[in-house]
Amino acid sequence: MAESKTPIIEIKQVSKVFKLQDQTINALHDANISIRKGEFVCLIGASGCGKSTLLRIIAGFEQPTTGDALMWGSPITGPDPTRGMVFQDYALFPWLSVRDNIGFGPASRGLAKAVVKETVDKFIDLVGLGKFANAYPHQLSGGMKQRVAIARVLANDAEVVLMDEPFGALDAMTRERLQDELLDIWQRTGLTVVFVTHSIEEAIFLADRVVVMTPGPGRIESDNPLLLQRPRDVASPEFNDIRRVMSAKLHSHHGKKAA
Amino acid sequence: MALVETVPPPAAVVIEKPVGKTPWARVKPLVLALIVPALLLAFWQVATTQRWTRLIPTPYEVGEYMIDFAVGGIYDDAFSGTLLTHLIASMSRVYGGFALAALFALPLGLMIGRIPTARMVLDPFLQVMRPIPVTAWLPLSMILFGLGPRSAFALVCLGAFYPILLNTIFGVRSVDPKLFEAASMLGCQGNAQFYKVVLPAALPSIFTGLRLGLGLAWFVIVVGEMTGVPQGLGAVIMDGRTLSRTELVICGMIIIGIAGYLSDRIVVMIGNRLLAWSPTHHG
Ligand SMILES: Nc1ncnc2c1ncn2[C@@H]1O[C@H](COP(=O)(O)OP(=O)(O)OP(=O)(O)O)[C@@H](O)[C@H]1O
Ligand SMILES: [Mg+2]
Repeated sequence: MAESKTPIIEIKQVSKVFKLQDQTINALHDANISIRKGEFVCLIGASGCGKSTLLRIIAGFEQPTTGDALMWGSPITGPDPTRGMVFQDYALFPWLSVRDNIGFGPASRGLAKAVVKETVDKFIDLVGLGKFANAYPHQLSGGMKQRVAIARVLANDAEVVLMDEPFGALDAMTRERLQDELLDIWQRTGLTVVFVTHSIEEAIFLADRVVVMTPGPGRIESDNPLLLQRPRDVASPEFNDIRRVMSAKLHSHHGKKAA
Repeated sequence: MALVETVPPPAAVVIEKPVGKTPWARVKPLVLALIVPALLLAFWQVATTQRWTRLIPTPYEVGEYMIDFAVGGIYDDAFSGTLLTHLIASMSRVYGGFALAALFALPLGLMIGRIPTARMVLDPFLQVMRPIPVTAWLPLSMILFGLGPRSAFALVCLGAFYPILLNTIFGVRSVDPKLFEAASMLGCQGNAQFYKVVLPAALPSIFTGLRLGLGLAWFVIVVGEMTGVPQGLGAVIMDGRTLSRTELVICGMIIIGIAGYLSDRIVVMIGNRLLAWSPTHHG
């Protein structure tokens, strides 16, 4: 895979403080991370350690309190079609059909009708929802909704796909299937993916790098490149070795906190 | 080039069709719906033929009068064959007042729901005005708009106003914030979000408001027509009262009930078509 010098996403000493009436929350403290184009990065960590906050800063939904969030070296100032978010609860537009949900981005950017249609057809195909093109979101299963959410972001030419526990609400089988499909899409398209998960196994199955975060204040504890060959076998000894190491890293912190 | 060759059958998309329904299943709702009216009718019949009351005419008398009211030829009094005239007069006030209410309430509701300053200026005032019943407005309305149809129109409008307004505000304010984020990361930002997110997301609520508003317009039509209008179902009921012609009053009541019901069914049908995407909107 060709590697370019400038990282596509760069987080430099980013801190995020939320001020509520009677307290301040250090959601993220001095986070540094640099992501190259085409990388698949998983963020993992206990609840409240700032994973979503970091993802939302990359998306442009939140601004860092201090530090810089950069894309291709320029500051991220707000949401942008180049960085698409896939939410855990789908956030599809319930009044639009599958087709129109996927076409929402291209249509918003003012592309010609014919171009929108062509794009939509391509991505409906890509996620295998041809038969459901005219269904509304409430008629779809969770897995199908998440496929639409992914297609919606891809159809809009996103370079970076940000996923916040996208498969967290799905049953195990659907989840595995979507993981496979996501890897397949990622390998075909050269997308950059930042993926938040609670599952160590999911992270190790998917990622080039697993970033472990810890709470109180939210910080990046370690950044672990995975040299495991793809396709990965969750039952292999290598996979289990890595799982053990990651699990230790993830839980070492809990011990510290209790002490 | 599909990544997924096999998809589960489109079970979720197949909307239940009334295939293989027995004739009984088809008429069952109608039969069930007619039980209570039939019982009421029977009780009415017994009560009047047993002379428990002398002031209320029998169902037969009312039925006969209804025919005369509709097409004439039986009693040939001032009301014979005038049903359509009165119905049309009332309908024009109901729909006119309702349309006027919607014309004010929709933009106002969108504004109050979306603009914090508008909310702070208007909301307290409207909250205080809201509990005042339409009947209480009757004298003022007659002073402001005079005796006659303009006053009726204004009162109906007032009756329909609040449900439309409140449901519009509610709809606009309860848009899932995630949808704004989704729209903005897809390249739809700023004012475009109003048309592409806020309006469609609020549509089910707005629609509920319109439905309630139209219902209330029918509900207050009698009060509205207490303002000395010569025609209208409310006027008929008022005349019936002053002339002690109870059969006339009952005829007016039945017609308002039926007209209001049919009008609601039409609105619901429109809604089901327009809001097919909304799982909660199948009335
Ligand atoms: N908008 C906000 N206002 C105030 N506090 C917030 C806000 N968003 C997040 N926080 C706080 O910041 C901290 C980090 O939250 P964040 O959602 O990033 O955690 P997370 O790692 O995604 O957790 P989870 O795994 O439960 O999703 C939490 O303590 C949370 O309460
Ligand atoms: Mg989170």
